[in-house]
Amino acid sequence: MISLRGTPLTTTERNFVHTVWDFFCSLKLTIFLLISLALSSIIGTVLPQGQLPPEYLAQISPTKLQIYTKLGFFDMYHSWWFIALLYIFSLNLISCSIKRLPHVIKFITEPTLVLGEAMRNSFTLKKEMTFSAPIDASQEKLAAFLSQEFAAPIISEHSGEYHLFSQKSAWCRLGVYVVHLSILVIFVGAIIGSLFGYKGFVTIVEGSSVSSIEARNGKQIPLGFDLRCDQFSVAFYNTGAPKEFKSILTVLENGQPIKDYTNVRVVVNDPLTYKGITFYQSSYGQATEGGEHNFTVTSRTGGNTERFAIRDGNVITFEDGTTFKLLEATPEVRQFMPEFSGPAARVEVTIKGKSPQTYIILKNYPEINAQRGDELTYNYEGSNAKMYTGLQVAKDPGVWVVWVGCILMIAGIFVAFFMSHKRVWVIVSKGHARMYGNASKNQAAFQMQFEDLAEKFSKLKI
Amino acid sequence: MTSSLLFNVTTLAYMASMIVFFAFLASKNKSLGIAGSLIAYGGLIIQTAAIALRWKESYDLGVGHAPLSNLYESVVFFSWTIILIFAYIDLKYKYRIIGAFVVPFALLGMAWAQLGLNTGIEPLVPALQSNWLLYHVITCFLGYAAFAVACGISIMYLIKAKFEEGASTASAGGLMAMFPPIRVLDDLNYRSIMIGFPLLTLGIITGAAWANYAWGTYWSWDTKETWSLIVWFVYAAFLHARFTRGWVGKRAAWLSIIGFAATIFCYLGVNLFLSGLHSYGK
Ligand code: HEM
Repeated sequence: MISLRGTPLTTTERNFVHTVWDFFCSLKLTIFLLISLALSSIIGTVLPQGQLPPEYLAQISPTKLQIYTKLGFFDMYHSWWFIALLYIFSLNLISCSIKRLPHVIKFITEPTLVLGEAMRNSFTLKKEMTFSAPIDASQEKLAAFLSQEFAAPIISEHSGEYHLFSQKSAWCRLGVYVVHLSILVIFVGAIIGSLFGYKGFVTIVEGSSVSSIEARNGKQIPLGFDLRCDQFSVAFYNTGAPKEFKSILTVLENGQPIKDYTNVRVVVNDPLTYKGITFYQSSYGQATEGGEHNFTVTSRTGGNTERFAIRDGNVITFEDGTTFKLLEATPEVRQFMPEFSGPAARVEVTIKGKSPQTYIILKNYPEINAQRGDELTYNYEGSNAKMYTGLQVAKDPGVWVVWVGCILMIAGIFVAFFMSHKRVWVIVSKGHARMYGNASKNQAAFQMQFEDLAEKFSKLKI
Repeated sequence: MTSSLLFNVTTLAYMASMIVFFAFLASKNKSLGIAGSLIAYGGLIIQTAAIALRWKESYDLGVGHAPLSNLYESVVFFSWTIILIFAYIDLKYKYRIIGAFVVPFALLGMAWAQLGLNTGIEPLVPALQSNWLLYHVITCFLGYAAFAVACGISIMYLIKAKFEEGASTASAGGLMAMFPPIRVLDDLNYRSIMIGFPLLTLGIITGAAWANYAWGTYWSWDTKETWSLIVWFVYAAFLHARFTRGWVGKRAAWLSIIGFAATIFCYLGVNLFLSGLHSYGK
């Protein structure tokens, strides 16, 4: 026995190889894998993934925590066993295709030109007609009929009979394989993305620029250019719901703004891409630097107004012993109080000898601020604090492969579900001809087409 | 005229259609079957007008967007797609009685939407301001609706199969004779899933495309994403079991019902019980 390995396989070795091969070609395995993937995916939707809220961890026992961690349940979709399932899934897909594809290709390229007795009997669609002309002339006429009404036939002679074979859309038997291939293509795209791409995050304070970003794993990744945030703004609907988060960004190389990438408007659902790196509007906030908030304080009795500045979280004490603490401030209060707009500050004021009071001071509504009957009334004048924009950053060179896979999948499913390989044979014997038909899918629709054809066939004058 | 009035009329139409279909079941009077279908089509037309009107009303309010942005609007749209797919199956295969098992799903949706949900037109939050919303929601819901129809047909299958097992005599024959033969029900179950599966696939892909466009990741194992994949796996298993292992009849019917249960969980359960990125149900 000759083997490429030099030494022949022993019987047990061969059995083993066969067993493994059969295992991976098995369609029971396919169904088992589909169901297993479905069931195991549920775990990750029930248990919180990634960084876990401490409240959740407080609820489960230490042993459970240990077991779950070992099994990778907290990052389930990247756990060794889930990835292993996906690999087995791919192997299953590849083995099945290797095993079946040659048969299918042979089926397409070497069709059954001569219809044997057994197949004739298995077909339900058939029709017979008789003619008086000699067989050769009839055969030509029938071939012309098939060419005109269905598809050009291949003619073979077999024991005194002519077999005319026509087919349509034989290639659509490959649709299923395109679907299966598309799954592998998508996996390849995902692997390319995870090897050569990254996901990260960056915050940029208005007026400043960055040259690197922080990847998910905590590493700093240089961009190869600078990105500047010129401005950030939020707009709200009257209801207080956010309407738009907008960053104005500029790309700089060697300190010079790049044409077409200057003052670019970036909003949610409209990112900025430069050199394969894409920036997505994701979050925002008030920068801590330079964050001074201006207030005025007026004494109800004394009359004159004084101005003071204070930072987030700081406390000021007035002459009469009243303390004033800035808890938080916002440039737009509508998101919290839809009936108001403009800057606002939440403060805690403690009049000497009394308990602290927390309230909100609105810049645009001094009359409301004055309604509080205390000795001192305050107004908020806004702040010089800058905003920062938070941008999601992604580079994924595999994404195009994924889209190619998706398009293949849709095309393949369409072909596999809605198109069928249709075959028609006409067997011409002396004095009569029989027509047979078969479709790979949707036999009912083909039946109508066949009956139409059979009607014309039986009325042919030869 | 307001869209809200038209939606109430729609709900009444679906209720009338269901009652007429039930009367059809009880009386076996053919013209009742036709009436049931016609009332459902009338409801579909009114609902189409109502959705268009609500779309226009949102522009009048200055927050113009397609009416697919919150739970109320999605439930209404789901009802619409169920009747649409029913109409397709009804016109193509002419088994009227299926209406008795499918229209109730649409009625349930409309009744819940009109009575139990916040019907206000809300402005679109930034995350939803994209045309992808339209493509994604339309494909997903058409898929879901096809699965709803398949589920209704599978229930009919199981009822009919049970009767045929129990009573081979004509005693059960009366009502059951109205059902299509079980072979036909099995085939229709498969055909509905053949409509739903490509649409769900498109829905998942458009969702991935949108996520990639808006956030830079086409797949983030968000709970809703994962559940849609679970549903996809269940129906892929259905198709493979059917083609390669000859799972037809009862087992196929059960898989179809399980698939629809997973679909409903994906649509509603995820928002009620789990947390994630999707906004419906908040
Ligand atoms: C482990 C993975 C898979 C394997 C090994 C596998 C294998 C197969 C095989 C052998 C067939 C029958 C082909 C034939 O004889 O005509 C088939 C059919 C099919 N598969 Fe898969 N498959 C897998 C996953 C999937 C997935 C995830 C999908 C999802 C779209 C899918 C979609 C289809 C479709 C649409 C058919 C065609 C059914 C028909 O119309 O005949 N397959 N598969």
